Amino acid sequence: MIGAREQAEATGGAERRPPAGPAGRAGGLHSRTRTTLVALAFLLPNLSGFLVFTLWPVFYSLVIAFTNYNLLQAQPHRWIGPANFIKLFHTQDFWLYFINTFYLMLGLPVSIAGSLCLAILLSQRIRGVIVYRTLFYLPSFTAGVALFILWKSLYNPDFGPVNVVIRAAADLLGRNVHGPDWLVSTQNLLGLKVEEVGASAKDFGLGARDALMFMGIWVAIGGSNMLLYIAGLANIPQDLYEAARIDGAGRWALFRHVTWPQLAPTTFFIVVMSLIGGLQGGFDQARVMTLGGPAGTTTTLSYYIYTKAFEDFQIGYASAVAWILFALIFAITLVNWRYGSRYVND
Amino acid sequence: MGRYGATHAVLTVVALTMLLPFAWMVLASFKPLSEIEQINPIPTEWKPGNYPKIFEQIPFAKYYFNSLFVAAWVTLLQTLTSAMAAYSFARLRWPGRDQLFKLYLATIMIPGVVTMIPNYALMVRLHLLDSYTGLIVPAAFSAFGTFLLRQFMLTISPSMDEAAAIDGATHWRIFWEVILPLSRPGVIVLAIFTFMGTYGSFFWPLVLIKSEHLRTLPIGMVYFDTIYGRQTNLIMAASVMNIIPLIILFLILQNYLVKGIQLGALKG
Repeated sequence: MIGAREQAEATGGAERRPPAGPAGRAGGLHSRTRTTLVALAFLLPNLSGFLVFTLWPVFYSLVIAFTNYNLLQAQPHRWIGPANFIKLFHTQDFWLYFINTFYLMLGLPVSIAGSLCLAILLSQRIRGVIVYRTLFYLPSFTAGVALFILWKSLYNPDFGPVNVVIRAAADLLGRNVHGPDWLVSTQNLLGLKVEEVGASAKDFGLGARDALMFMGIWVAIGGSNMLLYIAGLANIPQDLYEAARIDGAGRWALFRHVTWPQLAPTTFFIVVMSLIGGLQGGFDQARVMTLGGPAGTTTTLSYYIYTKAFEDFQIGYASAVAWILFALIFAITLVNWRYGSRYVND
Repeated sequence: MGRYGATHAVLTVVALTMLLPFAWMVLASFKPLSEIEQINPIPTEWKPGNYPKIFEQIPFAKYYFNSLFVAAWVTLLQTLTSAMAAYSFARLRWPGRDQLFKLYLATIMIPGVVTMIPNYALMVRLHLLDSYTGLIVPAAFSAFGTFLLRQFMLTISPSMDEAAAIDGATHWRIFWEVILPLSRPGVIVLAIFTFMGTYGSFFWPLVLIKSEHLRTLPIGMVYFDTIYGRQTNLIMAASVMNIIPLIILFLILQNYLVKGIQLGALKG
């Protein structure tokens, strides 16, 4: 393995210059060079990987976004300027997939608010906190292909338990329904049209996008966001609550004026990370559960990049889409740097 | 019930919502094929034989091995390279250190799909498509891991390495025998996250691996699902087998994990 060899070199390098530590303080300038060499030796395995697999690819991907690079074509790729970007902005599908990506992110506020509620409930002095926490955390810990395959069965329109429960509930109300077609339906709660950007009443309903969104809430609600909120709640000084209670604050006022502002840094962090994750998300679910369908309604930007790069092998065009995604995430990161520091100084 | 009755009621409902899909999965994995489309989730005839059957129908043991093998190597290499780099960033002084660290930090937010395409082209050129090396080596380095361990190492008092240095210890020994053991919680957290992330990783193996004998579990599962999709009982048995190692890992290490998430992220 390359990594192991590099590691051996690096350690060898470090041991060949052994007395750097103690002699360092005695030896002046010479030893400072020595410390730098030792530092580089420790850094080398990681830095070489960083340069080869992170830094170079970032720049290379920006370069090929301006070429017609195609892995299937024999002719050498050439510079085509911003043609890929112009093309994608004029491609209807790109905008539809853009909307799909945001549609799946509509679940984020629900999931974040849910995480906060669960964290507040779990922060009371009750029995069984660890048991509850473990059970809530289970979906996000095991999330992945196996769970997505499971949910494909759960959403089966005919015998899947989701619709079984819906039918039973409707039956109690004296109604007879079959339940939504979930993963094979293009309907959605915003009534978005399938073929073009827009909305219509006949597209209103529950379909594949909603199925993935609900599953996303189920996965995330008891996950790391909840754990972050639990930690955030534990850090709120109790005397703030006592002072507010003396002022006659009720439960809602305590939440509104103590808990919520005190949790602002945590919420800010969670929102930023969720936006970044959400923009890149949707690939695994789509590949396992829907193949981006029906009619492209669950194709997110990351799934689009995958199909363009690894099914059509248009890696120039795919890189252009990837850079649009990167630009969006970078914008959020800038907001984070600009306003995040105001919160993060704890 | 008492004072917190309503709280317990809400928490129990949520806990059941989390648990029921798993229960359905386990029950379905014991069903005969004929009962798969029945609404009753409990099998009338229990078929534990579904489990050995998946090992006969697909090279499931091989998938298991590949996933664990790749995850173990990536975890070992990534933890080691990150810890060494973190030592350099946190405990040694050298020109350009802080600038380089900022560059590391800046790359953490870069979406995977951006670097994935050039890395794929690189693998094509190095003839590493369809190989263990191609699965392991690009994942053996992590800017995030370096960041996480650096934060841990910064909290260790400088007197620790000074004492060791006065005793004549080399930097490697200070790293290996003093700093690394003191960073144990951070190292364990990084190792768990890396192991889990690699065990479940899907995108990279999907584009890289073509041969059946190199498939990892997620890739094997997807092919299994595509080919035997109607045999939901077997698919569910495979899914159960897939998540069992994760659940075991979680139950053993959950305290480290919970603390790790709360610490690592809040400081980030």
